[in-house]
Amino acid sequence: MSVKIREEIVKTDFLIAGGGVAGLQAALTAAQKGIDVVVAEKADTRRSGCGANGNDHFACYIPECHGDDFEMCIRQIDQTIDGGPWQDPTMLRLWFSRSYEVVKIWESIGINMRPTGKWNFEGHSVPGNQKYHLKFDGHNQKPALTAAAKKHGAKIMNKTVVTDLLVNKEGRVTGALAVDISEDEPEIVVFQAKAVLIAAGAADRLYPGITPAYMFNDSGCPANTGDGHAMAYRAGARLANLEMAGGHAGPRYFARGGKGTWIGLTSDITGQCVTPYQDKPSRENGDIASDIWPGSYRDRMQAGAGPTYMNCTQTTDEDLDYMLHTAFVSEGIDSLTDNLAQNNIDLRKSMIEFGSYNIGLSTQGIDIDEHAMSSIPGLYAAGNVVGNVKGNLAGAAVLGLVAAEHAAEYVKTVDEEDVSDYPLIKERQALYTQIMERENGAYWKEAASTLQNIMNDYCGLTIRSESMLTAGLTYLRQLKSTALESLSAKDSHELMRVLEVLDLIDVGEPLFMMALNRKETRPPHKRADYTYTNMLLNGKFQTIEKHDGQVTMDFRSRF
Amino acid sequence: MPPIIDKQKCNQCGYCAQICPLDVIKVIKKDNMKDVIVKYPDECWHCRACEKDCKQHAIRMRYPLSHLMLHMDVEKGDKKCQ
Repeated sequence: MSVKIREEIVKTDFLIAGGGVAGLQAALTAAQKGIDVVVAEKADTRRSGCGANGNDHFACYIPECHGDDFEMCIRQIDQTIDGGPWQDPTMLRLWFSRSYEVVKIWESIGINMRPTGKWNFEGHSVPGNQKYHLKFDGHNQKPALTAAAKKHGAKIMNKTVVTDLLVNKEGRVTGALAVDISEDEPEIVVFQAKAVLIAAGAADRLYPGITPAYMFNDSGCPANTGDGHAMAYRAGARLANLEMAGGHAGPRYFARGGKGTWIGLTSDITGQCVTPYQDKPSRENGDIASDIWPGSYRDRMQAGAGPTYMNCTQTTDEDLDYMLHTAFVSEGIDSLTDNLAQNNIDLRKSMIEFGSYNIGLSTQGIDIDEHAMSSIPGLYAAGNVVGNVKGNLAGAAVLGLVAAEHAAEYVKTVDEEDVSDYPLIKERQALYTQIMERENGAYWKEAASTLQNIMNDYCGLTIRSESMLTAGLTYLRQLKSTALESLSAKDSHELMRVLEVLDLIDVGEPLFMMALNRKETRPPHKRADYTYTNMLLNGKFQTIEKHDGQVTMDFRSRF
Repeated sequence: MPPIIDKQKCNQCGYCAQICPLDVIKVIKKDNMKDVIVKYPDECWHCRACEKDCKQHAIRMRYPLSHLMLHMDVEKGDKKCQ
C-alpha cells in the first residue's frame, strides 16, 4: 500500500522549515506583521535543534555599552567566534547592527537577558578588546519563543519533517513537501506557500563523530542532518563555501557545544597553560584559544604534543560553582555537570581532555542576500543552514527576523499557485513507498556509516587531492545509487532516518565537487597537489548551483 | 540505556516522547494500556530535555561508557602560561 498523502493541502503565506532559534524568531516576526505563517518542525519546537536546552552568549552591539564607533566594534567582533573570513562583511554588519533589537524582543517575551540586573558581557572575548557576548540565561528560550510565536498567531506543526521544496516553471518557490512522523505510519503533507524559509540547521552527521559507533554523540543537535542544504540544492539554490567547513571543540569523548562557557585554561598534561591569552582562568574573557583555533586539539595530538586539557584546577570555587550550576544550565549543557557528578570527577583536582570535533557545516550552505533571500525568489534561509553568515545564536535570530520582515512584503507581490499536480509529490510517494515496503533491505545506519567513512577518508581535514576527491565522489555516487535501491524502513521514525542519510549524501556531493574545484590550499582545505594559497582567491567565496542536472561553480567576491 | 524511566513514578503522560529532539522515546499503546519506552537508546543526544521537563521527576540520565569524560589529575600549583 502506498504511503498516504494528506488530502488537505496546507496553505499559508509563509512556511518555515525548522523551528529552531532562526525559525521561531521568523515565525514571531512574521505573525506580528500579520501574515499567515506555519512552522514545520522535525521534532517539537519547545526542545529542538542546537538551542534545545539553552544558550548563554548572545553576541550583540548595544550602543550604550559599546559606544558609537560601530566600525571599531565590527573590527573587534570580527576577531571573535562570531566573525572570521567566511562571512560577507555586509551580512556581519547587518546582523550585528540589529542584534540589540532582538535582545529587547527576547527580554520582552520572558527570556532573562540580564541575570545580573544589567547588561553583562562575559566570555568569547579577546583580552584588551571590548566584550560583545551578552551573558544571558537562555535555558527557556525555546519554550518562550514558541509561546510568543503562537500567541501572535503562528501555527506550529511538530513531528513534521520538510523534505523538498516546490518550485514553479518560472523558478519561484511555491511550497514544500513534508512527512508527518507523529504516528508509526508516515504521511506526506503538501504545503502551498508564497514564501518559504529554510531554518533547518547544520549538517551534523555528514562526517564521523568522535565515537563513530555512537553517531548521535555530537556537539550540535544530531537531528540537524543537512536537510535544508539538500532540499535547497535539489531545487536549484546557490550554496557557498561547503568545502571550507571545519569543526568545533569540547570534551573529547562526550561531544558538547559551549566551550566558551568553561572557565579554565587550555593546558598540557602537567597542567601548564599552553596558550598566550591569559595566565589565570578568567570568567570575564573565558578562554578564547579554542574559539580561534578549534582544530588545535587535533593538531597538537598529531604533532605528538597532546593531549590538551581544559584545566579548571585554578578556577575559584565561586567561579566553578557558577560555571557548573548556572552557566552550563543557561547554555543547556548541564549534562556535563550531571556526567561529572555521576562519575565523581572533581574539577578542582582533575582536568578534562578536550578534542577537536569533525566537520559539521555551520556557516557553509545556502548563499543569501541582505534580505536573507536565496537565489530562488521567495526562498529564504537563516541560521546554521546559511553559507555566508554566521548561524551562531545572534546571527540566526537576526536573520530570522530579517527574512520574516522581507517575506511579509514579498508575499503581497505574488499570487498563490496551485501545487496539487506537481509531479514531485507522486515521485516522492513512490520512493517512500518503495522504502517502506522493501523486505530485508538495508538499515539506515549501514548507509550512514559508509557515507561518513567516504567523507572522512576522501574529503577530510587531513589532506585532499584530485585523485582522492575523484575517487571519493565516485564512491559517494555508488553509495547513493545502491542506497536508493536497498534502504528500507519499517515505520515513520526509520523513514526519517533514511531520508536524513539520503539528504546527507546530497550535501556530500556538492562538497566533493567544490573541494575538487578549489585548486589551492587554504586552511582547513588542504590540497596535496596544490600546496600554495592562491592570493587571487582572497576575499572570494566559492558557490555551486545545479539546474536541470548541470552544475555551475564560481568564485564570487565578498559583499 | 539512556535515559532511564522510573516506571513507579511515570504516569504515561507522553510529554517526554513528544519533546525529545531525537524521537527516541515512544508511547506504546496495547489493550487500553500505555507504556513509555526508550525505543532508540543509541540515538539519544543526552541533552536531558526529557529529564528536565518530566513533571513526575521520573527520568534520569545514564551516560554510556562510550561517552566517558576523560580526565587527568593535576597537582594544584602556580602554573603560569608559557
